[in-house]
Amino acid sequence: MDFDLSEEQQLLKDSVEGFLSDTYDFESRKKIAALPGGWSPEVWAKFAELGLLGLPFAEEDGGFGGGAVETMLLAESFGKHLVLEPYLATVILGGGVVKRAGTAAQKAEYIAAIAEGTRTFALATTERHSRYDLFDVTTTAKKDGASFVLDGEKAVVVHGGSADRIIVSARTAGSRRDRGGIGLFMVPADAPGLSRRSSPTQDGTHAAEITLSGVRVDADGVLGDPEGGLPVLEAVADEAIAALCAEAVGAMSELTDLTVDYLKQRKQFGVPIGGFQALQHRAAEMFVALEQARSMAMFAAMTAATEDATERRALASAAKVQIGRSAKFIGQQGIQLHGGIGMTMEYKAGHYFKRLTMIDTLFGDADHHLAEVACYGQLVSAA
Amino acid sequence: MELRFTDEEIAFRKEVRAFIDAKLPKALREKLAAGHHPTRDDIVFWQKTLNDKGWGVAHWPVPYGGTGWDAVKQYIFLEEMMMAPSPPPLAFGTSMVGPVIYTFGSEAQKKRFLPRIASLDDWWCQGFSEPGAGSDLAGLKTKAEKVGDHWVINGQKTWTTLGQYADWIFVLARTDASVKKQEGISFILVDMKTPGITVKPIQTIDGGHEVNEVFFDDVKVPLENLVGQENKGWDYAKFLLGNERTGIARVGISKQRIRKIKEMAAIEQRGGRPLIEDQRFREKIAEVEIELKALEITQLRVIAGEKKREKGKPDPASSVLKIKGSELQQATTELLMEVIGPHSAPFTPEEPGSNEPPIGPEWAQTIAPTYFNVRKVSIYGGSNEIQKNIIAKAVLGL
Repeated sequence: MDFDLSEEQQLLKDSVEGFLSDTYDFESRKKIAALPGGWSPEVWAKFAELGLLGLPFAEEDGGFGGGAVETMLLAESFGKHLVLEPYLATVILGGGVVKRAGTAAQKAEYIAAIAEGTRTFALATTERHSRYDLFDVTTTAKKDGASFVLDGEKAVVVHGGSADRIIVSARTAGSRRDRGGIGLFMVPADAPGLSRRSSPTQDGTHAAEITLSGVRVDADGVLGDPEGGLPVLEAVADEAIAALCAEAVGAMSELTDLTVDYLKQRKQFGVPIGGFQALQHRAAEMFVALEQARSMAMFAAMTAATEDATERRALASAAKVQIGRSAKFIGQQGIQLHGGIGMTMEYKAGHYFKRLTMIDTLFGDADHHLAEVACYGQLVSAA
Repeated sequence: MELRFTDEEIAFRKEVRAFIDAKLPKALREKLAAGHHPTRDDIVFWQKTLNDKGWGVAHWPVPYGGTGWDAVKQYIFLEEMMMAPSPPPLAFGTSMVGPVIYTFGSEAQKKRFLPRIASLDDWWCQGFSEPGAGSDLAGLKTKAEKVGDHWVINGQKTWTTLGQYADWIFVLARTDASVKKQEGISFILVDMKTPGITVKPIQTIDGGHEVNEVFFDDVKVPLENLVGQENKGWDYAKFLLGNERTGIARVGISKQRIRKIKEMAAIEQRGGRPLIEDQRFREKIAEVEIELKALEITQLRVIAGEKKREKGKPDPASSVLKIKGSELQQATTELLMEVIGPHSAPFTPEEPGSNEPPIGPEWAQTIAPTYFNVRKVSIYGGSNEIQKNIIAKAVLGL
C-alpha cells in the first residue's frame, strides 16, 4: 500500500499544473468559453505537445502508456482550473472505445490522430428516455451488405457539436433494453444524414442533439462486435467515472479554498466572518466531505483495472456516489458561505458549483449508482 | 500509487488472524459478536495472551516492549482485532498513560509501570474530565498541594471509564492557580487504594455501568508520582489526546457490524420477505458502506503520511477520522435497530451468571442498548463539535 506518486507522475502533475496556472486563469477561461465550440485549439495543441492527449494509450498503439492514476492527476488539475477542452470526450470516451474495440488499423489511425491533436471525438450514447442506462438504446443500425444504416436520435452528446467523429451506440438486434445487440459505430461529423444542434451547457461546455437519418457506416467504421458493444461502453464509462471523480475533487478543493479565504477576508459586525463558529463548522464539514471524496477518487483510480467487470462497476459506482454527495454539499455550501457574491456570474465560485452539478449528471448520478452498489451488496468485503 | 497490500502485509494479516483463531475462545468471540460487553477478566485474559506473544503493546517503541511494526502493520493488527472481534485493549494503559510515561516519565517510573501496563497487572483509568471541565478541560479544579513529601489531592473527576476495576488513575490536577489555566496543571499517578478515594458508579442510558465519578478527599500521593515537570501537565495531556491516531476511526468495528446487519436482515422480514431483499433498506446499507470505504482510505492515507510527519505531531486530518468514524459507528447501530424493529423493546439487564432465557430472539437483546451506548462516541475524546473547531483552526486557519 502506497499513496506516493512516482517521479514520472510527480513530473506530469507539475507540468500540467504549471501550464494551467500560467495560462488558464479565470479571465482567460471566460475568453475561451466565448470561442466557437467553447474551447481553445491553441490550448489543445499545447496539450498534444505536452503529451497529454496520448497519455492513456498503450505505447504499441502510439500512446504513452499512462494508467488511471495519470489520468486522475490530469483530471484533478482540469477540475481546479475548470478546463473546457474536450479531453473527456476525445481522449477518455472516443479514444477509450477505439483502444478497447478497434482493429489494429483503426487504432493506428485514430489513436495517432488523437495523440497528435488533429482529431476530436464525441461519444453519443444518451437518448431522450435512456437516462443513465447505457443498454437502453432505440437508435437502430440495420445491416445492408457490408455496411450498416443508422437511424435515431441522441441527446446531450458532450462536445458533439465540434467533434470530427461521433461514436454512436445503436441497436443491431434485440429490443430496447436488451444488454445484447448493441453496436458501436464511428460516424464522420459531415456524414450525409447526420445533423446536429449544439448549445452551451450550464457549466460552459457544449453538448449537441444528434439526429441520424439513414446514415451509412462502412465496415471500417464498425468498432468491435456489432452485437457486443455494451461491455466496451461499460468499461469506457468506468474509466470516465474515475476521471470525473478526480475532476470533481479538483473543483471541490478549489471551491473549499476559495470559500475559506473569503471567510477570512469578509468582515461583518466589525470582524472577519470566519470567526463565527456556525460558519467555521460548516467550513470544517466541507473539509470532511472533500477528504472523503478525495479518498474515493483515489479508490476509483486504483481499482480501475479490476478484472472482474461486475466488481469493477460496483467500485466505480461507489466512488461516484461519494463524489456526488460531497460535490452537492461543497457546491451548495460554497455558495451559501459566500453570500450574495457567490450568486454572481462574474465570480468564480458559482462556476465550480455548476460544473460539480453537471458532473453528477454524467454517467449516472449519486442515486443511480447507489442502487448499483445496493444491488452488488458486498462492498465491505471487496477490495 | 498502489492501494493493494503487499504480499508481506497480506501474509502478516494471515499470521494475525491465525493467532486470533487459535487463541481467542469461541464462546468469548461469540459473546462479543452478539454485542455483549467483555468482563474485566476477558480483557485481562486477552491482554496477557497478546503480551505473551510479544504483541501486548505492539505500537510502543521496541525498547519498552513494542514490535517495531510500521504503521500499516499496526493498522492491520488492530483491524483484525476489531473484526474478530476480540476484547479491545485497555486504551487507558496502552495508548494513554503508557506513552506519556515512556516519553516524559522518570527512569524509575518507566521501570515500575511499563511492564505492568503491558501485562495488564495494573489496570489504569483516566482522571481528566470533571463536572465543570468537559470540552474546556483546562478549566479543571481538582487541586494538588505540596505538603511535606506528598501531594495532597482534593476534588472530583467524572466519566471515569471502567474505574471500578482500576488499580491506578492518572490525574490532571491544578498545582498553580495564579497563572494562565493551561500553565498550572500537573500530571500525577495515583494508586486507587490510597485512602480518601471514593468511586461511585454512573448508570448510562443503555442500563450499563461503564463510567464512574471519582472523589478525592485529602488523598496523599508521594511527590515522585509526578510525571515530568510540575505545571507542564497540559502539554502531556495534549500529547496523550493526539496520540491515539491509528484505529481512531474504528473502521474494523463498523465493518463487523455491517456484516451483522446483513446477516440479521436475511432473517428478519418486511412485507413477508427477508428485509435484505428490500431495495430501500439495501440502499441504506450501501450508503454506509460507501462512506466507510472512503473513511478506510482516508485512514490509510493518514497512516501512509505518518512516516513523513514530524514525530509526535498528529495529522490534523485525524479529526476527520474521529468525526466520520463516530458517525458511521452510530449509523451502523441505527441500522441494526431498524433490522430488529419491535423486538428491540425487551430490556434485559446484564447480570453476570444469570441463567434466565431472554425474552424474544437471543441476539436482539443487545441491539437497543448498543444503539443507546454508542451515542457516546461522538461525545468522548473531544466531541465532534470540538473536532470541527480543530479543523477550522488547525487545518483551515479560521
